[in-house]
Amino acid sequence: MNREVLYQDLLPAGCHWSFRIGRGQVLRLIDEQGGANVGMLLYNADQLLDRINIPDTLKCQHSFRLTAGHCIYTDMGRVLCSIIEDTAGWHDGMCGTCDAALVEQRWGRKTYQQARNEMYRNGRDGFLIELAKHGLGRRDIVANLNLFSKVVADADGNITLAPPAPAGSHIDLRFEMDTLVVLHTCPHPLDQSSEWPARPVRYQVFDAAPLGDSDICRDHCDENRRGFLNNLHYHHGACRHHGGGH
Amino acid sequence: MIRESSLVAEQASHREVVPAGDYWIHVLQAGQTLRILDLEGNQAADTLFYSAADPAERYSAMDTIRHQGNLYLTAGARLMSSEGREMLEITADTCGRHDTLGGACATESNTVRYALEKKCMHACRDSYLLALMKHPEFGMDKRDLTHNINFFMNVPVTAQGGLSFADGISAPGKYVEMQAKMDVIVLISNCPQLNNPCNAYNPTPIEVLIWD
Repeated sequence: MNREVLYQDLLPAGCHWSFRIGRGQVLRLIDEQGGANVGMLLYNADQLLDRINIPDTLKCQHSFRLTAGHCIYTDMGRVLCSIIEDTAGWHDGMCGTCDAALVEQRWGRKTYQQARNEMYRNGRDGFLIELAKHGLGRRDIVANLNLFSKVVADADGNITLAPPAPAGSHIDLRFEMDTLVVLHTCPHPLDQSSEWPARPVRYQVFDAAPLGDSDICRDHCDENRRGFLNNLHYHHGACRHHGGGH
Repeated sequence: MIRESSLVAEQASHREVVPAGDYWIHVLQAGQTLRILDLEGNQAADTLFYSAADPAERYSAMDTIRHQGNLYLTAGARLMSSEGREMLEITADTCGRHDTLGGACATESNTVRYALEKKCMHACRDSYLLALMKHPEFGMDKRDLTHNINFFMNVPVTAQGGLSFADGISAPGKYVEMQAKMDVIVLISNCPQLNNPCNAYNPTPIEVLIWD
């Protein structure tokens, strides 16, 4: 794989950001310190109503846990991105995001007036700010990913946040369509740490290797092969001018 | 948790049978109680709730799960909104477990899960869309279709992170009842899915009952 990093940056702890990424590019997220949580929403950049759908993602791959080999689907049966590498091993998609009330209840208030940019922000407000930059809003908030956060359920359905993966863990998302990425680095809503637990995350963009005869995500299951066929059909119809990709 | 209701069907202010594959959209006033009755057993009722005053505030599966620290819904569960407010409380349940992970079926997701040839089989999200198009007074469209509750459906998660659509644990006459804590728009698709056991491969009617 061509690992030439086309772009990289650090998203500080407890912050939010958004950007567009192209089909055929890989977004690597690195939890350099350990204990990061990346809340993430994804939208088809050309049809914003075509957006991440966690229930469809989980049920078509028969998995509550998300890791290498899995694809993230839109509600229109298309693959937004594929998890082609993952050293953390388990990512959550069911717990949503922290809001202002949760943050205040658990860690207290730290306002801008008091703390300038060390203030405590929350995931929901971060999503709303980033979505508004793209003409989206409350109606566009759906179930988000919580990357680097492992949530396990017991036989009765009780859920707990597992200890974090080691510092330096990374996940590689290969984008299968042009995508609007909205993300924040606020704490996971189940994080019970006594101190404000937000951590920064480094992100890098590089070109993906062309899709080979066998692929860890497309060939993970028949469902994913059909998802990739849906993408092929979509790209034939919608984005011929883009060319390239894979 | 099994908890029976003391409400009497004959005293309900509204009763309506929703045939298999149909939708039902209705405003439930704060304080009213809604019962969904599984008439013939193992019938998934895919349900969404919106604040009637501000439909951008809607049922949030994620906030509900996080709030109760548990993946499954039963009596005592508080159904939370995207703004962190309690929308309804499940006050009675003779089934014992309901799903809010699995979402609603769609023609597009059927092409992924089963086969491209399944694309024209009737699906919940088609019912939802038709309900919203036929009721423009609510001002909603595809943008408003989010992560629903599947009453009477069983989607167990394993400690290893597996997830499956298991045989239903409902039976004829089982019901779930919930009291509204705010005025809510209720949108139900009586699920037409024929490709998995969520309806025992035989979609059947449900009845909805409301008490003031």
